[in-house]
Amino acid sequence: MTLAPPAAAPGPARERLRWTLSDAWTVARRDLLHWVRSPAALGYQLAWPIGLVLMIGYVFGSAMVVEGGGDYRAFLMPGLFAQSMVFGVATTLTIVATDAARGVTDRFRTTPMSPSAPVLGRSVADLVNSVLELAILAGCALVVGWRFHEGPLRALAALALLLLLRFSLTWVGIVVGLMIRPEAAGGAWAPLFPITMISGTFVSPAQMPGWLGVVAEWNPVTATVTAVRGLFGNPGVGGASFAADHALWLAVLYPLLITAVFLPLAVRRSQRRDR
Amino acid sequence: MGGTTAALTAENVRKRYGRADALAGIDLTVPEGTVCGLLGPNGAGKTTAVRIFATLLRADAGRVTVAGHDVAADAARVRRCVGLAGQTPAVDEILDGRENLVMWGRLHHLTPAAARRRADELLDRFGLAEAGRKRVARYSGGMRRRLDLAASFVRAPRVLFLDEPTTGLDPRNRNEVWAAIRDLVAGGTTVLLTTQYLEEADRLAGQIVVLDRGRVIADDSPARLKSAVGGDRVEVVLCDPSDLAAATGVVARTTGAAPDVDAGELRVSAPVRDRIAALTAVLSGLADADVRVADAALRRPTLDEVFLRLTGHQAAEAA
Repeated sequence: MTLAPPAAAPGPARERLRWTLSDAWTVARRDLLHWVRSPAALGYQLAWPIGLVLMIGYVFGSAMVVEGGGDYRAFLMPGLFAQSMVFGVATTLTIVATDAARGVTDRFRTTPMSPSAPVLGRSVADLVNSVLELAILAGCALVVGWRFHEGPLRALAALALLLLLRFSLTWVGIVVGLMIRPEAAGGAWAPLFPITMISGTFVSPAQMPGWLGVVAEWNPVTATVTAVRGLFGNPGVGGASFAADHALWLAVLYPLLITAVFLPLAVRRSQRRDR
Repeated sequence: MGGTTAALTAENVRKRYGRADALAGIDLTVPEGTVCGLLGPNGAGKTTAVRIFATLLRADAGRVTVAGHDVAADAARVRRCVGLAGQTPAVDEILDGRENLVMWGRLHHLTPAAARRRADELLDRFGLAEAGRKRVARYSGGMRRRLDLAASFVRAPRVLFLDEPTTGLDPRNRNEVWAAIRDLVAGGTTVLLTTQYLEEADRLAGQIVVLDRGRVIADDSPARLKSAVGGDRVEVVLCDPSDLAAATGVVARTTGAAPDVDAGELRVSAPVRDRIAALTAVLSGLADADVRVADAALRRPTLDEVFLRLTGHQAAEAA
């Protein structure tokens, strides 16, 4: 039998970084292959936001009033983009919980692979998935009459903000996924729904009752949605509050904060040796 | 390292979950190139022990070395010489068998070409060459287990941990997996496997360590374990439940020992010294008492009985 040469001992920092990236890519590649192999699952995942664009856009579209005026469908699309970024967390934590329950996570840990590679790989795969999701959503939105008015650069910046939100939430999904059984992953919707509803996604916080409006005002999802509306030149920007006036900054700051807290937690949790 | 090195040593290893002792101080030595069967019912601490040995879990106290490296102080080194196959096959259903193995090869830091070569070797070796391009979702339970074994063997580990490698498999698939494990052992790998199947430990292991409630209650070869518990037994299976009391009396009288009675299976057994004479005496005694016999045999004690003798309770009802 041919024996492979023993794995290299952790070398200098550059070597370690190279392996971290290579290992993360190996892990991400597996997930990307999943989506290529079972396009049905991907289609199912995308059917939801597309359905929302059509249903909410047309069912409520003419009945809803946008604060400060403007077309509701144009107001809604950035909200739906952000909502689908938030809902992506459910995918993340389902996959993470399933891998943990199946012993895949354990086997990762008995290989010489870089300790942070499994979680990095996960977030890379989720980002690629989100880019695809956003592209399809934006395509649908264009079909139903949504437009961006501030030029392609600002539009790209808006998409980048949406992906930044998704990226930061991936880490939350990983931490939670490592704590729960896969059967419990379905319960993720319970908090995700209010997080996206009590925000500027569907209506402006200013139109909500007092305290709820304040919660919605400061919701990180609102920051991203408002900033993205501004960058797309869609209606519903601006307002009487600090949070609304500084949406762009908050849309960058919130995700960075979330990442700063949950990324190390995710790496640590995946390394834990107490269960 | 020479052949005299122990592949694994454990000294007074303890692990506690809340108030419950999962491991209440176990000692264990597994010589290189041997198979050790860690045997016990659910909750005996088998999986906890394996997770500690494989660096997945930190012990509260005690010292463990694997292939000469301390698992607490030198986990990274240990990880380079162990493989692990857990209770559920950690194989990817959507990928095909070969892609699974190539991925694990890459994660073991083989070059892409070497990972592909190794995947083909392993598919061959574990009898999966023809199924290599099939999606794992279409594999049988035995094929999945063998692929899982292959994945844990990418780097030809010196010590391989198998946590209940055949749980949930039918007898044919179980035999396939056993053959694969024997093949690995023949290649020089030290194997530590946990099992609830006494037959499995008997078939594969040269050393059986019986765990009960976090303690080692026996550590010996299967043969010595059996002879320590008693020699041959005579066993009769009855046709009619109403004969159970009469048959128990006959067996007790003719063998001079207290019989074990399995009322559900209508089975009565007792230890005997002079084999054939005892069997003859039991059968003629039963005939005189008008007890109809469905089956009668002389046999060595099973490990189930060993467990019962060692712990005073049935393997299945512990936990």
